[in-house]
Amino acid sequence: MNARSLNLVGLGLVGVVGVAFLVLVPRVVELDVVLELTVYMIMAILALSLALVWGYGGILCFGQSAFFGLGAYTYAIAMFNIGESTVPLLLAVIVPAAFAALLGYFMFYGRISDVYLGVITLTVTLILFNSINSTAGPEFHIGSARLGGFNGIPGIPPLNFPGNKAAPIDLEGMFYLATAALLATYFGLRLLLASRFGRIIVGIRENERRAELLGYDPRAYKLATFTIGGALAGFAGCLFANWGNFVSPTIFGLAQSAQIIIWVIVGGRGTLIGPIVGCIGIQWLTTALGANQPSGGSDLWAKIFANAPLIFGIILIAFVLLVPKGLVPTLGDIGQSLLASRGKGAKRLQPKRAEEG
Amino acid sequence: MDLVALLAIQVLYAIASLALISVGLAIIFGMMRVINLAHGEFLMLGGYAAIVATSHGISIWIAMLVVAPIVVGLIGVIVERTIIRFLYGRMIDTMLATWGLSLFLVGLTTAIFGNTTVGISAPLGSFQIGAYRTSVYTLFVIAVAAVVLAAIFALIRWTRLGLIARGTMQNANMAAALGVNPPRVYAVTFGAGAALSGLAGAVLAPVSGVFPTIGVAYVAKSFITVIGGGAAILSGTVSASALFGTINQIATFVTTPVFGEVALLAAAIILIRLLPQGITGRFFRRGL
Repeated sequence: MNARSLNLVGLGLVGVVGVAFLVLVPRVVELDVVLELTVYMIMAILALSLALVWGYGGILCFGQSAFFGLGAYTYAIAMFNIGESTVPLLLAVIVPAAFAALLGYFMFYGRISDVYLGVITLTVTLILFNSINSTAGPEFHIGSARLGGFNGIPGIPPLNFPGNKAAPIDLEGMFYLATAALLATYFGLRLLLASRFGRIIVGIRENERRAELLGYDPRAYKLATFTIGGALAGFAGCLFANWGNFVSPTIFGLAQSAQIIIWVIVGGRGTLIGPIVGCIGIQWLTTALGANQPSGGSDLWAKIFANAPLIFGIILIAFVLLVPKGLVPTLGDIGQSLLASRGKGAKRLQPKRAEEG
Repeated sequence: MDLVALLAIQVLYAIASLALISVGLAIIFGMMRVINLAHGEFLMLGGYAAIVATSHGISIWIAMLVVAPIVVGLIGVIVERTIIRFLYGRMIDTMLATWGLSLFLVGLTTAIFGNTTVGISAPLGSFQIGAYRTSVYTLFVIAVAAVVLAAIFALIRWTRLGLIARGTMQNANMAAALGVNPPRVYAVTFGAGAALSGLAGAVLAPVSGVFPTIGVAYVAKSFITVIGGGAAILSGTVSASALFGTINQIATFVTTPVFGEVALLAAAIILIRLLPQGITGRFFRRGL
């Protein structure tokens, strides 16, 4: 089987599993599990946004949560002012995308190097966090929506069917919507990456100077990638605000940013399915750890195991040191070498793979 | 007039505290090109070291100026030996691993000390400027910053140790050929940077209190100070601290402390857009 047909099989498999998941889950499991799975799906969209920006675009963005939070806040504020969810949903995509474009313009056209880029995105996230956090007073409001500062905005009205204010989407509908959105995002990104644009951004990731000499403007392509990533993260934020009917500044926070990075690094940079797997795995782990929360016990080990940052920290260090490529690419490599050694691989010379970064 | 004097002290204090929290990072970044995202947690550990030592009956001065740097310096050496040394030359991976370390340390201190703010009261009382009172401790922080910067300058510029460190950073192979052991130099440099961070965290602990996530409050400020400063360790740190500290304090004075910080961060982003190599990429190029 050559790489192309393997690719198609993989794509088909994701489609079948995804649709089966979409259709079967609400019929099989209890509503609370559906609710839990919904947030996994939403976070997986967020993971995909960074998978595009970092994994394919090569732009290390420590502040993906800024766009996520911006999307959530935009939706909440617009919803209180408008009351019908079509426009707020669009705004929740447009505002983060515009913000990403502005920030990206500063960064890419300033020709800031990779490392500084990480620090700047981090700083911007902290600025947003600090500013929103300090807007608790009643004088901070946009239209009829109070910003609420560190208290967050509670009671956000849910999405409704387009144009019909009286038909809000219920919990199960939210699951269908989130899962369908995730599948659409996945296949949309596959399509995007298979296109000319996708090839070019991967080319720029591999060797920016060479791409530039071939006549492509890396700044414009990076800016476009970054903006698409921002829009996707904003969309995920909008869904998230819907899911909990609540937003608070912590979704801008460093912990949230760290989580997104961890999903991508655990799953594997340069794949799309990897970050989804990483996201769902880590989310599940978080829930499982949270469930064991000791009730006021003083046992140090119990405290350590219930301590999400500590576990995340260990996971992040371990993956960077031991599995730097991430789970999915590593498993893929193992599978490929097994296939090669079992078949007539010894006789047939493998074509040399192009140099990978 | 009194107000001007008070404001001047506040601005100096803002500059001094920025320089203090940044200089450890500047050494690690400037000499080793390692971006240590666990820097804020080193500051936090310095604060805890001082507080724990004080509560065991050690004089607060010794706790702050001796115990904290030694403890955090040792932690720094351990971190360098167990994590950082595998990642030299892989800047992004170092960033990620140290971010993991930062989360780990936050989690660990939360498990041990709990998620509450502990404080030690600032010694030294206060003094009068006309109609205003301000604490003597503010002046102490300014003095510590000045002494630390002067000591680093002397160490790097005039001692054999500083010469070896500078040589290794410029060309590790050549230094090794001349009989220097580069891994040891890296470990010592990282430890020294960590020790300075511990000292800064301890000295600022009476002002800000200490809690497990306090590193987040420090890390962005110290990073942009180092990046804004550019390649030269000392002149970069000092010039960027002077610029950002002044902006921060004046914006704080006019509005609120939170918007003071926002002004600082926004100023930093504009500065990096205008001077991508930092202040010392354009000015004071021959500085240390």
